[in-house]
Amino acid sequence: MTQYLLAVHHAEGTPYASDEDMHQAFADTDAFNREIIADGSWVFGGGLTEPSDATVVDATRAEPVVTDGPFAETKEQLGGFWVVEAPDLDAALEIARRGSAACRQPVEVRPFQSE
Amino acid sequence: MTDLASVFRAEHGRVVAGLARRFGDLDLAEDATGEALLVAAERWPTEGVPPNPGGWLTTVAAHKALDRIRREKRRQDKYAEAVMLTADTPPEPTGPVEDDRLRLVFTCCHPALAPENRVALTLRLLGGLTVAEIAAAFLVPETTMAQRITRSKHKIKVTGIPYRIPSAEDLPARLGAVLAVLYLIFNEGYLGSSGQAQRSELTAEAIRLARQLREMVTGTPSLGRLPEVDGLLALMLLIESRSRARVSDGTLVPLDEQDRTLWDAAMIDEGHRLVRACLALNRPGPYQVQAAINAVHTDALDASMTDWRQVVALFDQLLVLSPSPVVALNRAVAVAEVDGPDVALGLVEPLELTSYHAWHATRADLLRRLRRYDEASAAYDRAIELAGSEEERSFLLGRRDALPRG
Repeated sequence: MTQYLLAVHHAEGTPYASDEDMHQAFADTDAFNREIIADGSWVFGGGLTEPSDATVVDATRAEPVVTDGPFAETKEQLGGFWVVEAPDLDAALEIARRGSAACRQPVEVRPFQSE
Repeated sequence: MTDLASVFRAEHGRVVAGLARRFGDLDLAEDATGEALLVAAERWPTEGVPPNPGGWLTTVAAHKALDRIRREKRRQDKYAEAVMLTADTPPEPTGPVEDDRLRLVFTCCHPALAPENRVALTLRLLGGLTVAEIAAAFLVPETTMAQRITRSKHKIKVTGIPYRIPSAEDLPARLGAVLAVLYLIFNEGYLGSSGQAQRSELTAEAIRLARQLREMVTGTPSLGRLPEVDGLLALMLLIESRSRARVSDGTLVPLDEQDRTLWDAAMIDEGHRLVRACLALNRPGPYQVQAAINAVHTDALDASMTDWRQVVALFDQLLVLSPSPVVALNRAVAVAEVDGPDVALGLVEPLELTSYHAWHATRADLLRRLRRYDEASAAYDRAIELAGSEEERSFLLGRRDALPRG
């Protein structure tokens, strides 16, 4: 079994067709979470607050620097993620497909290093 | 190609696939296969080619792989794993044996890999071409091609792309990706996007791989009949059958002006047989229909005998199966023969293909036939600018310069 990061990318603007669709997306995501908890794939997951709530800490130099805002000023930001366990990439991609359909966002799949 | 080289190419995929299944490591499988080929190159010329070269190579390569695992002490844990795997490997089933190569095909053509990487991996691991040969065929530096292959194998390993024949549910889409890779290889050889009109080593390799795929699929009854596999092989054969007539004195010769006695009759026969057999299943797909269109052309003893109504009807079907502006453009070419160039031009103008040389070349030809020579000349100019190969450019220049003045 390999652990995979399923990163949810939020593009600028809303992915939802309507408020109703947004509420449906939340409900679908909750249902998806319960499914992958039940079938044992779930390791961890959750949604993040706004990118503007982020703080970057850089301690690579003598004096650590703390700055406001996300690390990269890009149009797409990490909106949330799952960590799941799957036997192979095909299984991970299938979980990601269901997650992406539920939350209405593209999902990037990356394995964790094995050691 | 020497006999030895052709045996190596024919067996490469089978040996790598078997080792990949046994050791679960593509790199190891490829390297051990390479070592076994070296041993064979040394022994076969004097001892003769063994009756089952694939089995011989697999045995030698498996020993090489085990040797390497043993030698590399740092990979001690892997040795334990491999021994376990070997011990756990069930005896070969007595029923229909699933071809290991099929698993490898689906791994090399996995949708998580970029299309150009699928092409490179397929040619290297299944086709047994060297990195240098693949690099030369695609006109990229050898280091670039080597990196592409190394990165892809790395991705397969760390992300856990499985060696598996996809489930029945995923099979159509995944098979589509495999067929697309083979057709990409073929087209790279045929269309020569990178300068030369025809690179027969790539078209021949694509045909060989399609034949292998067909053999694997028919040898795996659980997959059922997959007529698109036959359709693709037929399509490639029928296009390739005309290759000798397609270029003359460095200039592309259009279909209606080709010397049909130069067409390869054996390839046409085989292509026609495949088209008839797969169409009889009545599960048409884009490759089958394109093959059928080509069969209408290769069926005509001379261009004037072409059944253009049939061609248009097949393009109608193709537009439903895989709608695209390029298909619409090719359909318009056939419509010109049935309903005249003015009707065809009306179909061509609205297509959004202004950066595609064939769109300009088609427009130019239709305008020429409508005697709108100034517009035709301008369209030829654009087509010449955008043309992919020297042979095509030479043909278009000839056409443009032959336009009546004024």
